[in-house]
Amino acid sequence: MIRHLLSAADLDRETATLVLDTAGQMDAAMAGREVKKLPTLRGRTVVNLFYEDSTRTRISFEAAAKRLSADVITFNAKGSSVSKGESLKDTALTLEAMGADAVVIRHSASGAPHRLSRWVSGSVLNAGDGTHEHPTQALLDAYTMRHRLGRLDGLNVAVVGDVLHSRVARSNVLLLHTLGANVTLVGPPTLLPVGVEGWPAEVSYDFDAVLPKHDVVMMLRVQRERMNDSYFPSAREHARRYGMDARRMAMLPEHAIVMHPGPMNRGMEITPEVADSPRSTIVEQVSNGVSVRMAVLYLMLGGSRPEEV
Amino acid sequence: MSYLIKGARIVDGEPADILIRDGKVAEVGAGLSAAGAAVVDADGLVALPGLLDLHTHLREPGREDAETVETGSRAAALGGYTAVCAMANTDPTADTAGVVEQVHRLGQQAGLVEVQPIGAVSIGLKGEQLAELGAMATSAAKVRIFSDDGHCVSDPRLMRRALEYVKAFDGVIAQHAEEPRLTIGAQMHEGRESARLGLTGWPAVAEEAIIARDALLAGHVGSRLHICHVSTAGSVEILRWAKARLRASGVTGRITSEVTPHHLLLTDAQVGCGSDAHPGSYDPVFKVNPPLRTGEDTAALRDALADGVIDVVATDHAPHTVEDKECEWGYARPGMLGLQTALSIVVETMLERIGWDGVADRMSRVPARIAGLSDHGRDPAPGAPANLALVDPAARWTVDSTALASRSQNTPYAGMELPAAVVATFLAGEATVLDGKAVR
Amino acid sequence: MSFNDPSREAGKEFGMTEHAQDSARNQQVFPVDGPNGQVILTGGDIARIVDRIAHQILEKTRGAADTVLLGIPTRGTPLAARLSRRIHAFEEVDAPAGALDITLYRDDLRLRGARAIGPTEVPPGGIDGKRVILVDDVLFSGRTVRAALDALADIGRPRQVQLAVLVDRGHRELPIRADYVGKNLPTALAESVKVLLREIDDTDAVLLAKEPGAAASEAAAR
Repeated sequence: MIRHLLSAADLDRETATLVLDTAGQMDAAMAGREVKKLPTLRGRTVVNLFYEDSTRTRISFEAAAKRLSADVITFNAKGSSVSKGESLKDTALTLEAMGADAVVIRHSASGAPHRLSRWVSGSVLNAGDGTHEHPTQALLDAYTMRHRLGRLDGLNVAVVGDVLHSRVARSNVLLLHTLGANVTLVGPPTLLPVGVEGWPAEVSYDFDAVLPKHDVVMMLRVQRERMNDSYFPSAREHARRYGMDARRMAMLPEHAIVMHPGPMNRGMEITPEVADSPRSTIVEQVSNGVSVRMAVLYLMLGGSRPEEV
Repeated sequence: MSYLIKGARIVDGEPADILIRDGKVAEVGAGLSAAGAAVVDADGLVALPGLLDLHTHLREPGREDAETVETGSRAAALGGYTAVCAMANTDPTADTAGVVEQVHRLGQQAGLVEVQPIGAVSIGLKGEQLAELGAMATSAAKVRIFSDDGHCVSDPRLMRRALEYVKAFDGVIAQHAEEPRLTIGAQMHEGRESARLGLTGWPAVAEEAIIARDALLAGHVGSRLHICHVSTAGSVEILRWAKARLRASGVTGRITSEVTPHHLLLTDAQVGCGSDAHPGSYDPVFKVNPPLRTGEDTAALRDALADGVIDVVATDHAPHTVEDKECEWGYARPGMLGLQTALSIVVETMLERIGWDGVADRMSRVPARIAGLSDHGRDPAPGAPANLALVDPAARWTVDSTALASRSQNTPYAGMELPAAVVATFLAGEATVLDGKAVR
Repeated sequence: MSFNDPSREAGKEFGMTEHAQDSARNQQVFPVDGPNGQVILTGGDIARIVDRIAHQILEKTRGAADTVLLGIPTRGTPLAARLSRRIHAFEEVDAPAGALDITLYRDDLRLRGARAIGPTEVPPGGIDGKRVILVDDVLFSGRTVRAALDALADIGRPRQVQLAVLVDRGHRELPIRADYVGKNLPTALAESVKVLLREIDDTDAVLLAKEPGAAASEAAAR
């Protein structure tokens, strides 16, 4: 298993499949149990280092680590920025002194987990860095797809919305490609990055044309404030061109599912009737998140350290 | 003190002896001897006119923790330089006669290179109101180059006025070409790598649009324009067109431009993969403004430097403290050290194409003409001021960031083996570097 | 060898799987003494042992009422299933068989690294108030059984827990003893015991082999 999980590109097909399989076994191991806790990581320390608010991801990682009996230390460093008190490097040295076996880091700066990984000896897990990546989100999305549709190989997945600013999109494109799925990115050209032609994905500006051919539609969060930077003219226009509503849902194949990493902007990229429909996997994605993160922690912390061999 | 340099090849010429006395080159010829002169064995070395850097950040006053005039001067001397032009983005800004005179005086006190201050175009580099350009020009510092470097003079009206105004004292505006509305939050070159790394892109067009605009303005008002750190293939095309247009029209305007060593050698791929000494990605030692571009851009810049579309090499030596670099990419300050590695990088990337004569042109003679520093950029010849550098063309050395003379260590070349080493540097007849070591 | 070195027990299953596959390939259906080890038990021996243990369970538990057999993957699982079938054959008593994976309860994660997680299958009816008989192929340090007891406690509260093993090779590191033992096999630490079962290895046998490098790695561990 890999030492750090910084990018979905760190996972080859075999490793990614192992994570998904292990997540399934974690799910099974926890199902119907009296005690929702395994002793696997007893005595291990997992630090949640959150420089950015994300209740959902933080709680998910916390639950995963605690269900495996790791000691969890949550360090909310929010508000730290350029004018921060302690630098990331000093924080890293502190964590090192505390003997953190794994550091789960969420940061508003792209690449912060990569920097951290140079300064600590434990494993670093990227829980979302700036507009770069969010690999465990991609893993839980893949897990959810495989669970619902039975496979990933050959699956057609549309990722829709603000691809430019989305770490979820980057990680999903990489991981889904590794696992054999075909990804189509859909959004206004302003919200697709220059250089996207280097990604292993198709690009479309026409959501309606894409719908009938896809097994999965993954909606990305679109912040209203982007309107002020002229990424799109108005929330209404964006919703009309790239929002998921009942009309569009009806254009999907019978078996297709609709995903959203949360938190949703209801009425912006997704209407309530879609979000709450049986095709929506939004609630499952949350619970699958814990199993996938348990699997990642188990596999990464399970790897024997060189000095102990 | 007098020096007798034995057996140096003068630029691309034949080996000769050079006698330095009273700050000037006294004699050049074969088999010279001089009683009392210190003999410098220069067998196999190349004698170049002392290098002149049009673009140096010395950080003093304001950020003496990153660099001082003295430490920067020492780094320059070790890099073969005898003069540097100190950029105006200090704290306080070099936008008054008082500040440029202070920097000039600090340079004289250090006495390792000639420090020629550059004055700010606008007060506080804010791009709103012209600084007292005339007062700086007539001060003891005799400022000729004005620049808001670090910021673009983006307001076209202010830029036009600045270009016009400095004609009164043969000044030149050195533009940091970056349309600020296109680079809000920009972190690296906009392209495949930025898309992959999730860093906000700095599009090439933000540079090219300003160069095109300013070239037209300079032609319109007949002024001297210098473009700092040209970084894209598109900029080269625009400069090629603009220069030809000016020549054809016969107007008095003149456009010159510079390229940095790092834009000749490094690419945006370094952001994602680092280097041997800086493994891993997102290491801000590779963060610089304008950003590292693609391999096509470096190739176009080399071509342009060879064929004269780009006139000179300037370092954009930009020291930063460890705290400003050992951090998240997005929080790091842009800039790299350059003075001690510039010549080696130019040799590495250009020597085959331009020869030592071409190196002397692009790193000494032409920069001296642009800066109006007539004591510099002159080949060793009887009567010329003795500002020169001796270079070992056969040497190879490995860059050690901790061994550089700069107060900061932010060199992207750490661990890299480079060709050609500066053995000695002479400023006004006095050695500032001997045996590759600073005399002071 | 320190007393709390968990690696020996841990090495048991993994090491065996590989060796076993080799043996199965080389020896087809009838294992013989060879480079893969000396045959300690043949298929016939194993069948007789399973029958005997089934009888012992019936006897000791007075009819095996309310009894659940939980095999510890990998090779404990088919053994539990065989015992369940034999008990049914002898007395028509239903002692359902299942599986109890202990991977996530091991205490040697730091030393041995993460490994594939096996299935846990508790028969319908659960284990609360039942007599659970843990079934494993080889009893060695006792650490697997300790982990199994922890795992068991997390899924329910049995009335009684017993242990059945095909081979007890000694070298216990914990105060654990089996209630039903197929064969006591005195071994050296440097030897390895390989159990082959039809369901997994296409043949039934127990082999004893001198593990190449085992002595050396033990010396290193010391």
